Amino acid sequence: MELLRLATAGSVDDGKSTLIGRLLYDSKSIFEDQYAAIEDASRRRGEDAPNLALLTDGLRAEREQGITIDVAYRYFATPKRAFILADTPGHPQYTRNMVTGASTANLALVLVDARNGIVEQSRRHAFLATLLRVPHLVLCVNKMDLVDYDQGVFDSIKEEFEQFASRLDIGDLTSVPVSALNGDNVVTRSGNMPWYEGSALLHHLEEVYIASDRNLTDVRFPVQYVIRPRKDSHHDYRGYAGTVAAGVIKVGDEVEVLPSGLGTSISAIDTPNGPVEEAYPPMSVCVRLSEDVDISRGDMICRPHNQPTMSQTMDATLCWMADQPLQPGRRYAIKHTTRWSRAVVRTLHYRVDVNTMHREEGVESLRRNDIGRVTLRMTQPLFVDEYRRNRTTGGFILVDEGTNQTVAAGMITEAS
Amino acid sequence: MSTPTYQLSQLQSLEAEGIHIIREVAAEFERPVMLFSGGKDSAVMLWLARRAFTPAPIPFPVMHVDTGHNFPEVLEYRDRVVDMLGLRLVVASVQESIDAGRVTELPGQHSSRNQLQTEALLLGITQNRFDAAFGGARRDEEKARAKERVFSFRDEFGQWDPKIQRPELWSLYNGRHHAGEHIRVFPLSNWTESDVWHYIEHAEVPLPPIYFAHQRQCFRRGDMWMAVGPWTSPRPHEQVETVTVRYRTVGDMTVTGAVESTATAVADIIVEVSASRLTERGATRADDRTSEASMEDRKREGYF
Repeated sequence: MELLRLATAGSVDDGKSTLIGRLLYDSKSIFEDQYAAIEDASRRRGEDAPNLALLTDGLRAEREQGITIDVAYRYFATPKRAFILADTPGHPQYTRNMVTGASTANLALVLVDARNGIVEQSRRHAFLATLLRVPHLVLCVNKMDLVDYDQGVFDSIKEEFEQFASRLDIGDLTSVPVSALNGDNVVTRSGNMPWYEGSALLHHLEEVYIASDRNLTDVRFPVQYVIRPRKDSHHDYRGYAGTVAAGVIKVGDEVEVLPSGLGTSISAIDTPNGPVEEAYPPMSVCVRLSEDVDISRGDMICRPHNQPTMSQTMDATLCWMADQPLQPGRRYAIKHTTRWSRAVVRTLHYRVDVNTMHREEGVESLRRNDIGRVTLRMTQPLFVDEYRRNRTTGGFILVDEGTNQTVAAGMITEAS
Repeated sequence: MSTPTYQLSQLQSLEAEGIHIIREVAAEFERPVMLFSGGKDSAVMLWLARRAFTPAPIPFPVMHVDTGHNFPEVLEYRDRVVDMLGLRLVVASVQESIDAGRVTELPGQHSSRNQLQTEALLLGITQNRFDAAFGGARRDEEKARAKERVFSFRDEFGQWDPKIQRPELWSLYNGRHHAGEHIRVFPLSNWTESDVWHYIEHAEVPLPPIYFAHQRQCFRRGDMWMAVGPWTSPRPHEQVETVTVRYRTVGDMTVTGAVESTATAVADIIVEVSASRLTERGATRADDRTSEASMEDRKREGYF
């Protein structure tokens, strides 16, 4: 069984919680005691029907204020696939949560209310999902029951969204008309919309092809930890543990280790389940090399003629996440794969209006939830790829060295 | 293991993620520790750690927060596993906290020591200057936990503040902290109860015998079967019966209930779990039923 990670975006009004509640409930992932607890809470609040939205509100402040303030993770499974759903709030203030949820997602669900059509928020969600390079996007036109299941309404929303989407770099877009409340097209095809020829949402989630989304071409193996048993039984064992970030590595492959540039070959690949001949993302393995070269955490194993850019300067898109605005010229800690360094924002080129995608030049700073293009200069070289080619070697975080807070997420656009 | 499409199964993906997290901590922290209760989640976590560093030994100690109200079978299991893997065991004792007057046990014949574990846990972390503590908590267990990070920052008092959680993107974990603060790390964040059982079967993870069906002297309290033991005895109206039961969770004996079951092997349990309509905590933990926010409150104070 495969694992699919998805992120949802949409506000309470779009019926997002109801849709999630239905996916969980209809896939039998809600237990009786959880259901009883929300029945009970709904009654105490004076609501007539069990409010499925309460399932997704975890913290007291959220229940008190009726809002979602943080990413919540939900789990459900069908016989075909297991799903990890990052449920992110849709409110503009929470761009950072959407970005967080989207960073690991294979698929993003953008929810719109059929009565309102595409609104600013829908565009923002689609833009952020594209920015984080979520390979599959699903537009869910919800509340079809409230527009008499009218094909015309669905078609015009779909068309408007596709027009907007053509300005973005979306790999795969599917649109589904649903009524989360009644369950139309959520788990089973709806008789109310015979004109719709596509799959029900859950069926699409089960079938969407994700195997080719990873980069299996450019071998990238950031060394995470060196395993040296120092025991008599494994006296000479020296293994380089890590997660395959991209490419397929094979025993016998010629490899080169950065930054030293030393060439050697792979003599063995050990996994939790024993030795294997080849490894691919996202396997956690331990690589042994035929020569005893000096390698430590933060080094990168790759192929001789296919290497990341080794660079101290790069251009990136930043999503700013901290209350304290970005201070260009100030030093931040940067974590990229398994390497920590320090970085300074040398130039802030522009800020992107996430609603219109308009570039605002001449800005002096980025505030919380702002997105902007910058040039960074690092204190030591990193081994980077463009984020569009590789989500692992193309992404990084910035950390404030005083507060230790994660202040920004970055997507590398160009290394020089 | 490889297939023509180079695709991991769901369980392999979760295993890879867990191992990545454990190695990241071993690489970036000076004094990590793994919490080990003897329960199935901590057993799986320990097995991941074993696989993460093999053929080298696990490079950190384990800590057991001992409520003093343990199932004897679990203590015996704990010592056996520690011995088998050649680990160093640190015991943080709730009884010592009580004896030293750091915490006061609530009055009552069956008062739970679950609440009191927090003090012993935090003291154990402080005294040993641990800077990272692995826990076996899963996000699917409970609503407050659904919002927990994999690397969860704790201040000098061990407190969790859900409002200042660090954004956590890709697999880039930020474990930076000042002296006296620490990070709780949850390698099983994305696992469900069913995943845990499937993994136990796949990786042949040993468990304490109380997870499997056995005969036990029990009495009915509310809708749970409680075992007759040194710290739990029936009230006058509660009838003692011999029942074939097993435990779905392992906790303080005074608050952990058994379920009727004939599952004697992991495969039987997998069938049982997939048919169950109650969460494991809802079914067998009296302490989690106290209020809608009881887990959130305990977590804020520094609970697991």
